[in-house]
Amino acid sequence: MTIYMDNNATTRVDPAVFEEIRPYFTELYGNPSSMHKFGGQVGVKIREARERVAALLNCSPEEIIFTACGTESDNTAIRSALAAQPDKRHIITTRVEHPAILSLCKYLEKKDGYAVTYVGTDENGRLNMDELRQAIRDDTAIISVMWANNETGNLHPIEDIARLAHERGVLFHTDAVQAVGKVAIDLKKTPIDMLSLSGHKLHAPKGVGALFVRKRIPFRPYLIGGHQEGSRRAGTENTTGIIALGKACDLAREHMAEEDTQVRALRDKLENGLLKAVPDVKLNGDRDNRLPNTSNLSFGYVEGEAILLMMDQLGICASSGSACTSGSLEPSHVLRAMGVPFNFAHGSIRFSLSRFNTEEEVDFVVENLPGIIANLRKLSPFSAEKQAPACTKAFSE
Amino acid sequence: MWEYTDKVKDHFLNPRNVGTIEDADGIGEVGSLACGDALTLYLKVDENEVITDAKFQTFGCASAIASSSALTELIIGRTVAEAENVSNKDIAEYLGGLPRQKMHCSVMGHEALEQAIRNYRGEAPSKAEESHHEGQLICECFGVYDEEILAAIKENNLRTVEDVTNFTKAGGGCGKCVEDIERLLAEARGEVATCETPSAPEFPAQGLTNLQRMHLIEKVIDEEIRPMLQADGGNIQLSDINGTDVFVKLLGMCSNCPSSQLTLQNVIEAKLREKVDPAITVREG
Repeated sequence: MTIYMDNNATTRVDPAVFEEIRPYFTELYGNPSSMHKFGGQVGVKIREARERVAALLNCSPEEIIFTACGTESDNTAIRSALAAQPDKRHIITTRVEHPAILSLCKYLEKKDGYAVTYVGTDENGRLNMDELRQAIRDDTAIISVMWANNETGNLHPIEDIARLAHERGVLFHTDAVQAVGKVAIDLKKTPIDMLSLSGHKLHAPKGVGALFVRKRIPFRPYLIGGHQEGSRRAGTENTTGIIALGKACDLAREHMAEEDTQVRALRDKLENGLLKAVPDVKLNGDRDNRLPNTSNLSFGYVEGEAILLMMDQLGICASSGSACTSGSLEPSHVLRAMGVPFNFAHGSIRFSLSRFNTEEEVDFVVENLPGIIANLRKLSPFSAEKQAPACTKAFSE
Repeated sequence: MWEYTDKVKDHFLNPRNVGTIEDADGIGEVGSLACGDALTLYLKVDENEVITDAKFQTFGCASAIASSSALTELIIGRTVAEAENVSNKDIAEYLGGLPRQKMHCSVMGHEALEQAIRNYRGEAPSKAEESHHEGQLICECFGVYDEEILAAIKENNLRTVEDVTNFTKAGGGCGKCVEDIERLLAEARGEVATCETPSAPEFPAQGLTNLQRMHLIEKVIDEEIRPMLQADGGNIQLSDINGTDVFVKLLGMCSNCPSSQLTLQNVIEAKLREKVDPAITVREG
């Protein structure tokens, strides 16, 4: 039995998506750039996929560039903004971004001498908007803020930030990899200049992504070669991935309401069940303003990797922000940026659900996880009675 | 997911000798909640110096728990003198190997054993003294001293900073100590003439009046120590200064935290010794 609650890492390919792309592996394998009809019919299907992606985001199909992944979209957006404005040497982003942004910004700082401002958050992961506002300089080339955080699910005020950037004449990019398909996005109403998404986060396969680039925004391609994607992204198209992404976006529109109600209800049942059944557990993130599928909980006195492996024995798949799962010695940079104390951060577990999860699965986790935590606490030299009043208070917050 | 051997998985899922020994003859405590792993080892020793029982409590990942379990299995039935020769490599080998990034778990087991034996012999009767080091604090994030790093380098034939981090955790935090680790690696390889005794560095407070010295202590606390503690939800209040004795109160999350002793010595005392006077002792009060 596998209970998959790690959908912010990747999602199951929707069976309808799989059916849609099956012929394009075996029968309809032409190159969409070919002059013959055999390839041309694939080109038609790619055009349909572009329209489907655009429909989900409410933008024009011409504003969509297909890429290989969210990371490529993010990298392309930042590098394009810098290349198009060579006199601007400053970037603004946040301390809680995905490594696709953070690692690139650190690289640009170190190798190319760019100045980067990393905006912080409060203890619930809410962005410090004053800090962001004050960070804008005359030479700021781009502001990049993720729409939804992958670890806590926190939703950032993207519309406000986009307007602020717009007013100050600064390009605005958002990494919407976790948000697309889960929350409504209307690019006609929000002055976002560039937006990244990734197929495998919304039930398409891995290896396909997209970048929205608003018309008339200066753009410099990252991959240079052939004329694919209107010369904005060279390389033979990942046709099956693109077609799958189009279908997945279609399905996402269809399931958006369900994501917001049924998945949210399951998530809340899981979260409330665990908060009630396990002592010394704390929710990380903004309780009232986050993705409907994500719950990040910290279990005091136990370490995340140990919890994950014990859950794995029962077939439960989740993620942890603990140091031991990452190969680094520091726990999640997101939780640290939020000021989550080490003793909480080490025992954090992220559950991320999808429309394929069931109530029975949630019941199974709520029934079995408390026992796992209790067993690990029996092993631990730390316990509630050994904790100082300050620590105990923090645990019960 | 880490690739653990079947034996690591077995000792993690079915740990042997879990618990405490009420009338233990030796206790070793290493690590902390803040560091992400901690181990308390209890020894029962008979009149022939044979370890008749060993129990442990571990906070940490699968390899930390498995290493603790393996350690107890390795030392029960051995004399204290024999157990003293059990190294971190023995723990890792007993488990069929550990991922390189997890070798520090076996080192933690070895350190707990050393402490428990010292405690058994009456060499470190109090927790405060257990964490006393003669050497230089290299990694402030994880409280690792030069002597521990040099021992790990020699015992495990470590070659790179990454190796040192995997085995000791030093360098795994802010990364400020990487140059120091490189220096220790070079020293261990004999690339630095260690026979030369460098002249004792002059400490910043030398020649200051008492008032100037107190101001310097306050400045270091305000500008360097407090921000570090605040980052973890804690704080510090300077209570008194008497010669080289500095009395402080830990506040917030640091107050009476299980690792407060480590914070006092490895963070506050180390920083004041570095920035003001190497003779400074920090006490709570």
